[in-house]
Amino acid sequence: MSDLTKLGCRGLWKVFGEDAERFLRANPDPAPGAFRANGLIAAVRSADLDIHVGEIFVIMGLSGSGKSTLVRCLSRLIEPTAGELLFEGRDLLKATQAEMIDIRRYSFGMVFQHFALLPHLSVLENVEFPLDIQGQDAAHRRERALEVIELVGLKGRENYYPRELSGGQQQRVGIARSLAVEPEVWFLDEPFSALDPLIRREMQDEFLRLQAMLKKTIVFITHDFDEAIRLADRIAIMKDGAIIQVDTPQDLVLAPADDYVSEFTRHIPRDKVLTVGAVMHKGAPAGRKSRRANGAAEPIAASARIAEIAERVVDADAPIPVADAEGAIVGSIDRTAIIDVLVGRGQVK
Amino acid sequence: MSAVTPVPADRLSRFSLSPTAGAWVALLGVTMLLSHFSRDLAKALDMRWAIRFPSGWKVPMADWVSAAMKWLVEEATFGLFTFTQMTRFIAWLIERPYELALAALSSGWVQGFGADAVQWLPPLSWIAVTVSLALLGHYVRDWKLAALAGGAFLYLAVFGQWDSAMVTLASIAIAVPLGVAGGLALGITAFRHRWLERLIMPVLDLMQTIPIFAYLVPILFLFGFGPVAALIATIIYAMPPMVRITTLSLRGVDPEIVDFGTMAGCTRRQMMWRVLIPSARPGLMVGVNQVIMLSLNMVIIASMIGAGGLGFDVLASLRRLDIGAGLEAGIAIVVLAIALDRLSQGLAKRRPDHHAAQASGNLLRRHPRAAIAAAIVLATFALGRFIPAVQTYPEALAITTGPFWAGMVEWLNVNLFDTLEAIKTALLTWFLLPIKRFLLGIPWPWGILLCALAGWHFGRWKLALLCATLAAFIAVNGLWAKAMTTVYLCGASVIIATAIGVPLGIWAALSERAGKVIGVFIDTLQTLPSFVYLIPVVMLFRVGDFTAMIAVVLYALAPAVRYAAHGVRMIDRQLIEAGIVSGCTPRQLLTRIRLPLALPEILLGLNQTIMLALSMLVITALVGTRDLGQEVYIALTKADTGRGIVAGLSVAFIAIIADRLISASARAARKRYGFVGEHG
Repeated sequence: MSDLTKLGCRGLWKVFGEDAERFLRANPDPAPGAFRANGLIAAVRSADLDIHVGEIFVIMGLSGSGKSTLVRCLSRLIEPTAGELLFEGRDLLKATQAEMIDIRRYSFGMVFQHFALLPHLSVLENVEFPLDIQGQDAAHRRERALEVIELVGLKGRENYYPRELSGGQQQRVGIARSLAVEPEVWFLDEPFSALDPLIRREMQDEFLRLQAMLKKTIVFITHDFDEAIRLADRIAIMKDGAIIQVDTPQDLVLAPADDYVSEFTRHIPRDKVLTVGAVMHKGAPAGRKSRRANGAAEPIAASARIAEIAERVVDADAPIPVADAEGAIVGSIDRTAIIDVLVGRGQVK
Repeated sequence: MSAVTPVPADRLSRFSLSPTAGAWVALLGVTMLLSHFSRDLAKALDMRWAIRFPSGWKVPMADWVSAAMKWLVEEATFGLFTFTQMTRFIAWLIERPYELALAALSSGWVQGFGADAVQWLPPLSWIAVTVSLALLGHYVRDWKLAALAGGAFLYLAVFGQWDSAMVTLASIAIAVPLGVAGGLALGITAFRHRWLERLIMPVLDLMQTIPIFAYLVPILFLFGFGPVAALIATIIYAMPPMVRITTLSLRGVDPEIVDFGTMAGCTRRQMMWRVLIPSARPGLMVGVNQVIMLSLNMVIIASMIGAGGLGFDVLASLRRLDIGAGLEAGIAIVVLAIALDRLSQGLAKRRPDHHAAQASGNLLRRHPRAAIAAAIVLATFALGRFIPAVQTYPEALAITTGPFWAGMVEWLNVNLFDTLEAIKTALLTWFLLPIKRFLLGIPWPWGILLCALAGWHFGRWKLALLCATLAAFIAVNGLWAKAMTTVYLCGASVIIATAIGVPLGIWAALSERAGKVIGVFIDTLQTLPSFVYLIPVVMLFRVGDFTAMIAVVLYALAPAVRYAAHGVRMIDRQLIEAGIVSGCTPRQLLTRIRLPLALPEILLGLNQTIMLALSMLVITALVGTRDLGQEVYIALTKADTGRGIVAGLSVAFIAIIADRLISASARAARKRYGFVGEHG
């Protein structure tokens, strides 16, 4: 486990059913069919994850894939059946109830799919709630609550009750509430799934804006692959309780681990995922000749997405040089490469 | 299509019966014959024991219970203190707050006893109570509710019922908080510990089916005659729904909210009091409303073991057949019930909005209504010392309606006697008596066998065993004939209630306007305490089976209507549309689609109707039925614990047999239609 890892798990299992623990101890590596035969359901199968400091880690899977159970195991809302759960190198499964309460009070925050706002409290009181539970005094928690309410753009609505707000606004309250305690790990369980598509997009932008500011370590659950691609630094794909692949969005598209993953990636607008670096011709363009032909063509950054630069490359008559982060020319990109990406043709390198 | 079209199976079945149905019809025929000729048959075969349960075979269960009770009171001890000391302590605990409430509302604070008593602080004036309740109505909802609450209390004052009403209100004011707190505590414990829930729930089931009278007897035995015993009986009666609702609403809290509570780092106590209970508030408030209504329902019955107030007035006038006074006090109970019901319902539905939350300023500005109420209490207190009319409503201005009601009854009896008598006689001869003769004629061994067969049909050997055992319990205690009278009265009332209620319910579901009117009618019927039904019916038909039946029908009508309406309303709109598209006439829509689909709900309604009918039947013992209710009532007057409990259990067992059989058949109907799950 590297120093970068904030939260992780090793061989984490969640098996529902009677005597699940004994069954796992007797069969450390059971065959997938063995559970049903014993009247058990394996919701999470031997999950290994390393979630790095400051990254948005998305767990993606369809309903029933176990993603919700996995995130609840990571926060120990559900007791895992076997394995290790590591938070800053310490096994949380060995923590006592009182220690868990402390960790949840000060280090974890969570946003829920259906907002989970307390109906009898106003926006302000809802946001203050976790601080109140910590035992902070009234003046202090009010100041902090007003601060985060402003941060999520709900200033002026402090005295409203949840039922007086729209879905999007309610989720802003949920976000403010989870941020009030300044958590180190921020769990978001399908936070935007209950919102309609336009609001969802707006909230995703809002979320990225907040993360750019706050740099939290984030575990984000979604069933929507587009959302995962849009938000994630890295994505874990789950199927039937097992994690199939953990990679950056680009690597998932470029090298899907199996047919299941490639089925997801097939309909993804590749130009929005792939970077120039992934499709360019490697190596500096041949000699001075081509450079002259391009005139003084401004190089394109290797980390740029295809969609951002497609128009410029297609309009250009000759390949455009590609520069890495330091500005050194590492390759070039031409019209054909862009068209290949757009129509999904050919193998990307 | 082939040339020879087979007759569809369902067409056939309309003309011929399925084998099971045939068997049931045959069984009914045999039973009718047996019932008719049982006396002659028994004589011929020398089997008189089958007709009349031999007293030599009787199990002295009642004596055992009485002996156990005696032991409990005289000898039982917990080591440090005796059982009697414990009951006295409980009584003391309840008595203190009751005396306080009584002083505040009715008697004032008094020093000394008897003729030397000096009232050194008067109770709250009638103006103060009325205005406070109106302000509460405004706080809870709006001016309309304020007018209703204020009007109700004004009515009590103007119509001369104030003193009794305040005694009743004082006991409600103690019984409700205690019932709610006890129910909440038990409900929370049951929520936390599944095993406890499994222990409590069957007890609650039994408590709700045992007639209230049955546990009045042991309470009388343990706590003596007086307001405290009455309060304890009221609390025991009103608490079970609160326990159930508490567990249900806590369990119904959105699991995400529970997860949020955990993630916020709540301790167990914070989770319960800061997250679960506030989130479950709407459900819990329904429970509070239930406790209030049940406490009011108990008002008259509780007066049998020493509660004063309106209930006592009703009971006393019912005993001396003073219809006018009884009805006056009865109406006062209804008025009180309506006011408290609407107030508590308003409180349950009350949801603050952000405008309310923004109010700020000093105490006075934040709680304007409380400030006004306090001011009026003080002002009327000061004024009342000089002007007595401010303190107590002047008697000279009170209006009494007693003579009016008495006159009306007389008029009705003079002018409608023949008509009413004809209706009564016709129903008795052609409907009630044949059922009575049929049921009472059935030899008890055959009756037990029938119960077992019905159990076998719906639930195989487990249900058969249950039904047979419960029926046998009634027989071996020598209560078979009385139980059959109960079954007959209950059965006849349920048939009539269903015949009226189901069509009403269907009508209410199909027509919006009818639905509204019927809804109000049913709501009113349910708000009335059960005794109130008895008064006008006794007025018109005097005492007897017929009177009992009418009162039971009125009381038990509500669920038949409600469930039928709900059953029809919840039918999937698409199914109706499918029917219309297939060219159904409205009549066909009703008989082919709506009724069959609403059947499971209607059966559940029937179940509730039976339960309510049984609970009312015991009360009608007061008007001279000769059933188990009378047995319980006699036990109460003689303070015979064993007899009361055994008879009470017998009523409960009849209820349980009916409940299990009907639930099993409703379940079968649901399964047939593929609605699984709901309503257990």
